[in-house]
Amino acid sequence: MDETSDYPLALEGPGTPMVRFLNVSKRYGALMVLDNLHLDISEGEMVSIIGPSGSGKTTVLRMLMTLETINSGVIYVDGKPLTHMERRGKLVPADARYLRKMRAKIGMCFQHFNLFPHMTALQNCMEGPVQVLGLSKDEARGRAEELLAMVGMIEKKDQHPSRLSGGQQQRVAIARALAMRPKVLLFDEVTSALDPEVIGEVTNVIRKLVAEHNLTMLMVTHQMGFARDISDRVCFFFGGKIEEQGSPQTLFGNPRRDRTKQFLSAIKEAG
Amino acid sequence: MNWRWDLAWQVLPHLLEATLATLAAAIIGYSIALVGGLVMALGQRTPSRILTVAVRETVEFIRSTPLVLQIFFIFFVGPQFGIRLSPWVAGMIALGLHYSAYMSEVYRGGLEAVPRGQWEAALALNLSTRSTYMRIIIPQAIVPAITGIGNYLVGIIKDTPLLSVIGVAELMHTASSIGAENLRFLEPYTIVGLIFLLISLPASGLTRLFENWLRRKLGMG
Amino acid sequence: MSFWNFLSIYWPRLLSGVVITVELFFLAAALAIVVAVVAGLMKLSSNRAIRWAAIVYIEVFRGTSLLVQLYWIFFVLPLFGLTLEKFNAGFIGLGMNLGAYGAELVRGAIQAVPKGQWEAAYALSMSPARRMWRIVLPQALAIMLPPWGNLLIELLKYSALVALIGATDLMFQVKQINSSTFLSAQAFGAALIIYYILARLLLTPAVRWIEARMRRKLQRG
Repeated sequence: MDETSDYPLALEGPGTPMVRFLNVSKRYGALMVLDNLHLDISEGEMVSIIGPSGSGKTTVLRMLMTLETINSGVIYVDGKPLTHMERRGKLVPADARYLRKMRAKIGMCFQHFNLFPHMTALQNCMEGPVQVLGLSKDEARGRAEELLAMVGMIEKKDQHPSRLSGGQQQRVAIARALAMRPKVLLFDEVTSALDPEVIGEVTNVIRKLVAEHNLTMLMVTHQMGFARDISDRVCFFFGGKIEEQGSPQTLFGNPRRDRTKQFLSAIKEAG
Repeated sequence: MNWRWDLAWQVLPHLLEATLATLAAAIIGYSIALVGGLVMALGQRTPSRILTVAVRETVEFIRSTPLVLQIFFIFFVGPQFGIRLSPWVAGMIALGLHYSAYMSEVYRGGLEAVPRGQWEAALALNLSTRSTYMRIIIPQAIVPAITGIGNYLVGIIKDTPLLSVIGVAELMHTASSIGAENLRFLEPYTIVGLIFLLISLPASGLTRLFENWLRRKLGMG
Repeated sequence: MSFWNFLSIYWPRLLSGVVITVELFFLAAALAIVVAVVAGLMKLSSNRAIRWAAIVYIEVFRGTSLLVQLYWIFFVLPLFGLTLEKFNAGFIGLGMNLGAYGAELVRGAIQAVPKGQWEAAYALSMSPARRMWRIVLPQALAIMLPPWGNLLIELLKYSALVALIGATDLMFQVKQINSSTFLSAQAFGAALIIYYILARLLLTPAVRWIEARMRRKLQRG
């Protein structure tokens, strides 16, 4: 990483975003995946990210989840830097211990669910709270059952993932992520691997989350109708930059940039 | 050439007793290898490049050289530097080390077979590295590794005769002594051969049964 | 005594040991290949007697230890009138043992050749012998080459056991040197290094080269 030592040590004040990408770039060799990204997400906001493949949208989520490192810039979460930490009044790249502390604020749901196959649905949801948060088995079980009930999977709590359909697995995955009480929840194309009939199961759960919780959410998706329905803001990515962003009504109904228009009409044709 | 039944019956009890020593040696060596192999496999996944390469080269060296030579080395080199190892201890170290290297390859294959998404999900839940390995990755790595691990049990039983060369009183050694005493090797060595057959054939079947049981218990496959 | 000192004094004996080891290796490998092909084909025969003869051979030689087999050939066969010299007993024992493992590889590889190949040859009215020789075996060969490579490395390592029946290979030479000089670290260390060089720096690349040539040959054909 380059000289980020002069970036602010913390974000303060009433308008502080829950997530801030400040001048963030990511390169794979010669390929520039994200180019000087500036992105603020307020607390409780639900932001959808759309765009063609290769536009960098999944990388945004993965960097926030610290699954990938960044090449320049700083990411802030809840006012504090995520990718960097303070040392002697300046910012230096974060070490493993600091990363782990900050990572606790973020949760993620994956396209391929990634449930632990050797554990039941209930055990999957209890794993994080017991091992990381230090909850007792009973407390963790209570929390897990509550969340599984919320996503409609309480009857299957003692089933292994191999016995569950894709939609069911994804719902368990959402409960599992929620059990950690993150401040920011990331959804990486969570319906892309599902059969069309069961997509609704999962989107309904996410709708419920948006309606009933003040969780900050960031979602990469191809489900345009869904994104339009529930998002507070939509960002269209192209070539590693935000091409256009705005409210769903504006972006979908009245896109200003040509590339946005092209993308949206191509999606519409594909049905 | 006549088979002398009287001699056969006379030596059988001694040989059966020695079989216990053989099985003990195999089980001890196997237990060492089960743990040692995992250590060597994990040792090739450390962040330190030097450690990773060192472990890798050690594993390759052990796998490329004869076990009997390693047994001799460990038994004889100690005294040259003042450390006396009993035949049993030297034998167990050699057997354990040798098979650890083989097991590590099996474990490595198992670890590599675990999908990347599992690592990412564990990270997303903020599990520590230790928890990730112990509770998520290793339980999944073991299932594809079971066949290989099971095969080596049979293999290690068949390698125990090599311990006879440094005087470990297992089956082969006992048979050779008896043969030398009676100046007749037909009965002792034939019985030894039969005993090995009777051990290794069912052992293969048992490992397959265990494999299936483990698969079911872990809820996969 | 320093290691280089040791080498400068004893290199002739080490060299003669290596020569014997290499000779044993090639003879045993040749025998093993022939036996493996014959036994592998026999196991695929529709004739029950032939099939069972192969099964018995394979299970006996795979289920008992190589050391047991070597001792049996050297100490027991003379009682049946068949006395072999140590060198010959060595390579025959090695070859028969390896051949049993190889037979399973051959059988498995032949069965892995796609059914369509057999049927195409049949449709072209090829005789069974020609079909096997020109169509099936070459493809089976490509399939079995990688595991055969591993078997050959095992052969090199297990060849050290012939020292225990007195064949004067590398293992035997260092054992002698150790008995008379007790320079265990130097003697056994030198042997370890030489076997390592033979296995990893000579045999493994040679096998890979053969694999690569075979692959190219089959693709062009």
